[in-house]
Parts: sequence; structure tokens; C-alpha cells
Amino acid sequence: MAKIIKNGQIQADDWQILRLAEGDTPESVAIPPGKVALPLAVWQARQGELAGRNVGVWLDSHQGAESLAGALSRLPLVAVNFPKFADGRGYSTAALLRTRYGYTGELRAIGDVLRDQFFFLTRCGFDALQPAEGKYSDAQLEGALASFQDFSEPYQGAVDQPAPVWRRLSRNAA
Amino acid sequence: MYRYDAIDQRIVDERVAQFRDQTRRYLAGELTEDEFRPLRLQNGLYIQRHAPMLRIAVPYGALRSEQLRMLARIARDYDKGYGHFTTRHNLQFNWPELAKVPEILELLATVEMHAIQTSGNCIRNFTSDPFAGVAQDELIDPRPWAEILRQWSTFHPEFALLPRKFKMAVNGAQNDRALIQAHDIGLDLVKNAAGQIGFRVLVGGGLGRTPIIGKEITDFVPWQHIITYLEAILRVYNLHGRRDNLYKARIKILVQALGIEEFKRQVEAEWAHLKDGPATLTVDEVHRVADQFEDPPYLDLPAQDASHAQRLADNKPFAAWAQRNLRAHKRAGYAAVVISLKKPGVAPGDISAEQMDLVASLADRYSFGELRVTHEQNLVLADVQQSELFSLWQTLREAGLATPTIGLLTDIICCPGGDFCALANAKSIPIAAAIQARFDDLDYLHDIGELELNISGCMNACGHHHVGHIGILGVDKNGEEWYQVTIGGSQGNQAAIGKVIGPSFAAAEMPSVIATLLETYVAIRHPDELFVDTVRRVGIEPFKTRVYGDRLAGKKVAHG
Repeated sequence: MAKIIKNGQIQADDWQILRLAEGDTPESVAIPPGKVALPLAVWQARQGELAGRNVGVWLDSHQGAESLAGALSRLPLVAVNFPKFADGRGYSTAALLRTRYGYTGELRAIGDVLRDQFFFLTRCGFDALQPAEGKYSDAQLEGALASFQDFSEPYQGAVDQPAPVWRRLSRNAA
Repeated sequence: MYRYDAIDQRIVDERVAQFRDQTRRYLAGELTEDEFRPLRLQNGLYIQRHAPMLRIAVPYGALRSEQLRMLARIARDYDKGYGHFTTRHNLQFNWPELAKVPEILELLATVEMHAIQTSGNCIRNFTSDPFAGVAQDELIDPRPWAEILRQWSTFHPEFALLPRKFKMAVNGAQNDRALIQAHDIGLDLVKNAAGQIGFRVLVGGGLGRTPIIGKEITDFVPWQHIITYLEAILRVYNLHGRRDNLYKARIKILVQALGIEEFKRQVEAEWAHLKDGPATLTVDEVHRVADQFEDPPYLDLPAQDASHAQRLADNKPFAAWAQRNLRAHKRAGYAAVVISLKKPGVAPGDISAEQMDLVASLADRYSFGELRVTHEQNLVLADVQQSELFSLWQTLREAGLATPTIGLLTDIICCPGGDFCALANAKSIPIAAAIQARFDDLDYLHDIGELELNISGCMNACGHHHVGHIGILGVDKNGEEWYQVTIGGSQGNQAAIGKVIGPSFAAAEMPSVIATLLETYVAIRHPDELFVDTVRRVGIEPFKTRVYGDRLAGKKVAHG
């Protein structure tokens, strides 16, 4: 079972992220049983057979938060894919899902998810981080938890802490 | 000048710890080259031709004497005894050891300095007017706003991995000295009819491969809302800027593709959600920061100091320096002094550790312990009493820091170029040196008058060649270094992109090409007309005809 970091803790994960293989189409791909997160196109194409099932959806980096507007309250999991960690669109997508569209379920970063971005990802509203399978050893993942404490008082507001530092604390000369 | 409080200090200290761990993991093989690259770039660390290059931020150009002394110490202990001031209020060291960079950052943090976001695809160092707070034409001091925005942009989690780098500049004077029209976002502090302070916002300007003058997206955002307005622009850019082509990834390409009206519509639709949110600035926060930019304790002085006037009359070299290297001050009896880093034979913007120490002590003695960095790669002592100018000049002259050519042809803006930079197509420093050597007659330079000559070693345009009255761009043609010439560019309120005069030239030809351009100007100028105004009046044709006409007899001119 894959490991993820959820709310700052390492835990086993029972969600399956369905990715289309070559030759698969959203209409024809087999949807496995159990807890599965579907590509947006699959979720859109197969609404009929998904009725009553507990599925999540994942957005690729070019797919905007607005694609899921209206459905978010029914989704236990939304994931945002980072095809390359340097593709930063997912940070804005996450912020929009949390603030504009009011999503309160699990918001997971998947794909090229690296520990040096954990801090920023969390600030933008991700509560679950799933580095690529095999990317980190158990010990490395343990070590990576330290990066949540990289900065103790960020300047600006974000999803995790909407108030900027000058609203949170009284600032005086050192 | 702004002093860190405990919160500011902790952020730079925590950054040092973070980067030390990242460097350790990279050296231990736990971070790949690709993974480490954006991390080191966002700490100003490049891998260059000879060694890593470390770019240190001087936010909005403001520097204290003890900070400059620390830069001198680092230059001596970790580099080869000198540093290089860039066109964006940064200081670069060309020879640090990668493993020792965390140590350097730790030293910088002790004097409230850092290298945060001086490179990478993130919000870069804010730049501003080197005469902020003292200029006679200032409407609103830009420094508190630059500091507020510096803090907002530092480690902004949503905008750390943008499609491309993002540069902003702030102006608060009638005459823009911050090049705001050539930035991704240019901020112009203004007052509306009701006397309220706000920002005119320009977007999509920039030099580089596709030079574009920024377009006005709004003529007034009240100051309370500037952060949410910027966040709206950044969010639209982050989501919709191109990521498929490095050369089309800057915001200017997005603004061009959508058109300014549609881009504005998208930004304002986003802003409608963000406006009045927690990032809305308060009077208290603005005062907290602005209080740190109060005037220093000026003396009440006569407008004209008699001893100063006498020395100007008696000493020609001093008078020549005073004519070019001083700027008027808002307070009677004071002047702002430009310290030239353009001594012929020294790479423009370079300064030795000894000179840094000297300038730091001069700042302490003459200018309240503070100095400024200009995007023209010079330094400024902003608050010098007239009566002390002569002794200051004498000291500067002995140290090679009083070249009396500010604003003249040989006050060249120049990137490090192919001698250092891994991106460069051609060398730029030797071209600057050859031009400075050819035009060493001060009377001739004065006759030519104000003329900005800017040199970049590649189309990334760090030397701002597009906005030089004369611009020189190094290009690569089949492995050889050639130089393309533009004329008619300018910075300031009349910012314009220069026009290419024709095929490029070999390095050895450049001084004579410049000479021909100047001869053409002298022949056709109106009285009191600057070079750039003549180009504006007559266009490039007379210059082009003369330059290429002179070279017809089988001389070397590249094709294309």
C-alpha cells in the first residue's frame, strides 16, 4: 500500500489513482472497484455508471478548479497532478478549490511531488501529499516531515493562514 | 532605512537553515541536478563558466554601511576580492564555492541581507529610484511600498513556480528612474483627484528576446488594494501563461496574446473575489513601515555654500565632477553624489573589497551611514552637505571612484557577458573597455552630452541594450562573436525600444561604429539637442547610411 503524508503525518493510503495508459480512452477504460480517483475526463464521461460510488477526481495541471464547480461537495478526494514539480499551476488551482469553490474534502498533490515544495503546497491548501511511488524511502519520508517547519511565521496570507503576518502579530523593531 | 524586526530576522535565518540542508542533500546525491536547480536559483546561485555565481539582493537599492562592509568581507574571504553590481539592484560574486554558499548566506543574514528570489521563475527583487526620499521631483516616497511588497512577495507560496521570472519596479517621482515601463509589472505611485494615494499599474513590459513597453492595466488602484490587485494579476499569469516554450513564457506574451483589454477583464474578474480580503493594507501597517523611512536629521543649511562655490571656481576637475556626478537634493545645502563604478579599464559595475570598505566609511562620514545602488551600476551617497563635497571628491578620486562621466557616453551599462556568464553569446566587457579607451577626452564627451550606451552579451538583455540611446547586443554567428547596434532607445517617461540599424559588426569595429554614429549626430544635431532626440527627429536612416556607407570598401560586415 502506498504511503502519503496527510495533515503532516505519514500514513498508509487505500486510494488508487487511475491513470490512462496508452490506448485507453475515457469511455472504455476499466474502472477498478474500491476507492479510486479518476482523471477528469473519465469522471465526466462515466457519470451514469458512477452513481452511488465513492470516487475521487484528479485534475491535470492544465485543468482548472472550475471544472469541478458544483460537484465538489460530493467528492471525498480531489487530487491535482504535477507533471513536473516546476509546473506551478497546481498551487493556484488548489487555492481556488479551497477559497473560491469552498472545497473541504481531501485535497491531494500527486505526480512529481517533492519534499522541498511540501511547505508551499500545504500553504496553498493541500492536506495530502503523495510523492511518486519509490521516490522516497521510509526514512527519507520521515526526514521530509521537517520541511513543514521550514518557516515559522510567513509574511503573507495563504489558504492555511489567510491573515498576513501584520494582522496576526504585533510587529515591533527587533 | 528599514530595519528588520524579529520576524524578518527569523525568516532569513530559517532560509539559511533550509538552504544549508538542501545543499547538503544535493552534495550527498539525494537531490538531483534538476531538483536542486530551482532551489539554488531562488537563492541566487547559478552555475557559471568558471564557478558558481551568487547574486545577492539589495532590495530597492538601499544599503547600509555595515552591509557593504560585510559584502567586502565576503569578497575577500569567499571570492577574489571584488563584486559586481548588476542592473537590478543586486551584487554578484563570481567565484564562490558551492559548498560554502550556506556559510555566506549565514554571514549575510547577520546584516539583514539575503539572496532570496534573486533568480528563478518567481517574483524577483523589487527595484526603485536610487534618489527616493531626496529627489526634488518626488511625489510619493516609493521605498515603504517597495518594502511592503518585498515582504508580501517573499516566499509567496502560490507564485514560487511561475511560468517564468517576474520583475517589478516602483516609481514615485515625476520622472521615472526605475524603468517601470520595462518590467513585468511597473508601479507608478500617484494621487487621484481627491488626493488619495494609489498606483497606476503597467503590465507586460520587459526587455529580453521580445522587448515590449508595458501597457497600463489600470490608472488607479487605491493603496489599500495593491496587494490583492497584484495577486489577481499573478494568479491569471500563473494559470494561463505559456509553459510550453521558455521564450514565450513571460507575462508580456500572455498580455499580447489576449490583448490588454481581455487580460484586464480576467484580472479584474479575479480581483473581485480577492478585493477587501485579509491582504487589504491598513494604515497601521503602512505607518509601521513608512516610519522607518523618515528623513535623517538634516541640518538647516544655506542653499549655496560659499566654500563650495569657491572650489568649483578654482578647481576644474572638481567642477567637472560636480557637473556630472551630483544630483539636486530636496533639502537646501545638500546634494546626492553618484559614485562612479565606470573607471575605464574596470568592468562596469565592478567594485573591489577595498573600495567597498572605503565607500562604507564615506557613507558613515558624509551620508548618515546609508547608500543606494543604481540600475546604471553606480552607487549613490544621497545626503551629502555641499561644504563636504570637495573632501569627499578628493577621497573618491584617489580610490578611482570619481570618474566624472555620469550620464555620458562612457558611463556604460554592461552585463558580465561571455567572460563570466554561461548564457552569453558574446563578451561585453571588452567592448565597453574599447569604447571607454577610444572616447577618453572629457571635452568631447561633454560636447556629445548625455548619451546612454548599454551593452548586453545576449538577448536576455541584462545590460538593457534595448533602452540605451545606443544599444549593443552580442550575437553568435556560426561560433563567432558579432555585435548588433540599435539606436533611439530610452528609459524614463519616454521609454522606447531602440531600432536595429543593420547587419552586425565584429568586435574590433565597435569603437569606430560608435565614432561614426557620433559624427553623424554632431553634423545634423540642432543646438542643445541630445543624441537620442536627434534620432527621434530624423529616424535611423542618416545614421545607418553613414555607418554602412563608411564600410562599403570591402570591410567586414556580417550578413543578417
